[in-house]
Amino acid sequence: MSDDKSNSLVTKPALAELVIENPWRSLQKHTNARIALGRAGSSLPTKAHLAFQLAHAQARDAVLMPLDYQQLAEDLAHFDLGVKHLRSQACDRSTYLQRPDLGRLLDEPSKQTLANDLASYDIVLVLTEGLSSAAIGENASSMLAAFLPRVVGLGLSIAPLIIVEQGRVAVGDDVAHALGAKMVAILVGERPGLSSPDSLGIYFTYQAYPGIEEAKRNCLSNIRSAGMSVDDAAFRLAYLIEQANQLGYSGVELKDKTESSNAKVGQNFLLP
Amino acid sequence: MAEFVMNAGGERFRFASLKELMAKASPLRSGDQLAGLAALSDHQRVAAQMALAELPLSHFLNEALIPYEQDEVTRLIVDSHDAQAFKAIAHMNVGDLRNYLLNEQVGAAELAALAPAFMPEMLAAVSKLMRIQDLILVASKCEVVTAFRNTLGLSGTLSTRLQPNHPTDDPAGVAASILDGLLYANGDAVIGINPATDNLQAVTTLMKMLDEVIQHYQIPTQSCVLSHVTTHLEAISLGAPVDLVFQSIAGTEQANQGFGINLALLDEAYIAALSLKRGTKGNNVMYFETGQGSALSSNSHHGVDQQTCEARAYAVARRYKPLLVNTVVGFIGPEYLYNGKQIIRAGLEDHFCGKLMGLPMGCDICYTNHADADQDDMDMLLVQLVSAGVNFIMGIPGSDDIMLNYQTTSFHDALFARQISGKKPAPEFEAWLQQQQITDDHGHLALKQQLPKAFDVVSKELRK
Repeated sequence: MSDDKSNSLVTKPALAELVIENPWRSLQKHTNARIALGRAGSSLPTKAHLAFQLAHAQARDAVLMPLDYQQLAEDLAHFDLGVKHLRSQACDRSTYLQRPDLGRLLDEPSKQTLANDLASYDIVLVLTEGLSSAAIGENASSMLAAFLPRVVGLGLSIAPLIIVEQGRVAVGDDVAHALGAKMVAILVGERPGLSSPDSLGIYFTYQAYPGIEEAKRNCLSNIRSAGMSVDDAAFRLAYLIEQANQLGYSGVELKDKTESSNAKVGQNFLLP
Repeated sequence: MAEFVMNAGGERFRFASLKELMAKASPLRSGDQLAGLAALSDHQRVAAQMALAELPLSHFLNEALIPYEQDEVTRLIVDSHDAQAFKAIAHMNVGDLRNYLLNEQVGAAELAALAPAFMPEMLAAVSKLMRIQDLILVASKCEVVTAFRNTLGLSGTLSTRLQPNHPTDDPAGVAASILDGLLYANGDAVIGINPATDNLQAVTTLMKMLDEVIQHYQIPTQSCVLSHVTTHLEAISLGAPVDLVFQSIAGTEQANQGFGINLALLDEAYIAALSLKRGTKGNNVMYFETGQGSALSSNSHHGVDQQTCEARAYAVARRYKPLLVNTVVGFIGPEYLYNGKQIIRAGLEDHFCGKLMGLPMGCDICYTNHADADQDDMDMLLVQLVSAGVNFIMGIPGSDDIMLNYQTTSFHDALFARQISGKKPAPEFEAWLQQQQITDDHGHLALKQQLPKAFDVVSKELRK
């Protein structure tokens, strides 16, 4: 077989023509959706394909990478409230992902640890990786730094900071109940989106007990550098706590009146 | 209630009821484990499958998995069963049914004639005895055609729902995704948006927007805003332009209660939607979504395995002659379908059961980031579903739903699937694409640096 023949079949394709770009790329200013990615044939060009793979890898790592509990405990020690390290009944990550019921319950030694604390507290703050260790690793300390001075300002007594390994939102109910705390706020890693692997959520409940309905909680979501700022979240959470402490309840009936609509509204440019 | 006994591999297995037998015969999935219903060993699972294979189909007429008196979905299934059509298969057991369905002589006409003879539980049972290739082969024989402003489900076609979701329903953001989808030849099944809220005004604003776009560009497709059926009823009474009425449905009365619906409410919505007469090619006016695990997630499964609950939801769908039924297979998360293998099988089971019941099945081929799945798994399910003749899939920019935070098939994925299978969009939509010069005579994308002439108004926006 001579080289000449193969050379005549493939005649040095021009690189500039391998990817067909889309002329509507400037519309990306209106949305974070992955529009106008261009195409190689009809398929995703290499660059867009690998950008997706990177985003998915980061989201998977956020779910699967273990949280560095020792580092977290060291960071939390700076707040001078004491730190307790507890566990849910989900013994490993695979169990955690398949058995949400076990992630909602403290294991027996953890309950015992809390039962031995005889002090009474207005509020307990719980931290658990939930579905994103990155959310806690990257945002929890700065969230507490922004929030704790506000609680102190309200004159509320604060329990030692509680770390729960492999916890779901409702594990906070077990903590509050075992400790006899009046209010609980749990900081939990949210289910990572492709473009938001490090999103922190906070669920606040007044007089929580095991099995309390979800409707009794207030939620702040999407706390991360590209989402709700820790200062904004701290302000809102302190507002909810102050209101709940006065009214004696939390949940859907306790409206977050700090809400402001600052979303820019664009026009439908498809019509004349 | 019958007890079932099976000797298999030197061991004797007992199953206390039909629902236990079916649950234990189900291929492994995390949702059945979470519910405490899954087989305790592979050996027990196959023994259950062997016992199920010997079960006469007529047994399903006598033992309801959820009592008739307690559940309106059971009543619907029993009362709408076509005893006349059933006569042709009344002598078979479940294993015979599998053999029959695989026969080359059995084609689209036979399966369409038998659809009213099939109870969902019979199809769930036979699917549990099937390998992936069986699920594909049998479903590929079915042709379920529906119509509204175009004709969907013709063999040789593959349609897409264009899903232009945006976290705040911003009109410019929604418009950007619609444009992207249309210019990538997607959107013939429906342009269907999940609204960020169920607020009536926000929903009717989106309905008007989608309607105006479809009218302005004369696109042979239909719109849907996926809000609750009661919101649709209110929107209809206000005169909003509703093409398709949407609702999520499940396979038990209690699970449907959890969705805030019952059959009476769906009846009312169906009549209201029909009265609008907005379809030009046909009058299939409903769009339903389902998914394995929804009954368990509201603790409404009555000890019935999740795949059988899902098949029962298709009996609800069938009552309303829908344009589209979409099983949203991987959205629910790893506690119900743990990994790519479980998601792939579930998608094919749902498609098989729905098609044999005579439904226009599509599939949201999807996963969340906490499931053990990735794009390769979705490619496998996509190729398999296209081989099985799925009516439609989702189309979203770059597979990334920035509102619902999950990954589904992209506009590019649909083009890939059409390319390898030779399938085309719905004929009316295909003609529109060619007229706009978005695609050429071979169905390949033709568009390069110029937008179609009809989109001049967008060109102005681009120059801004």
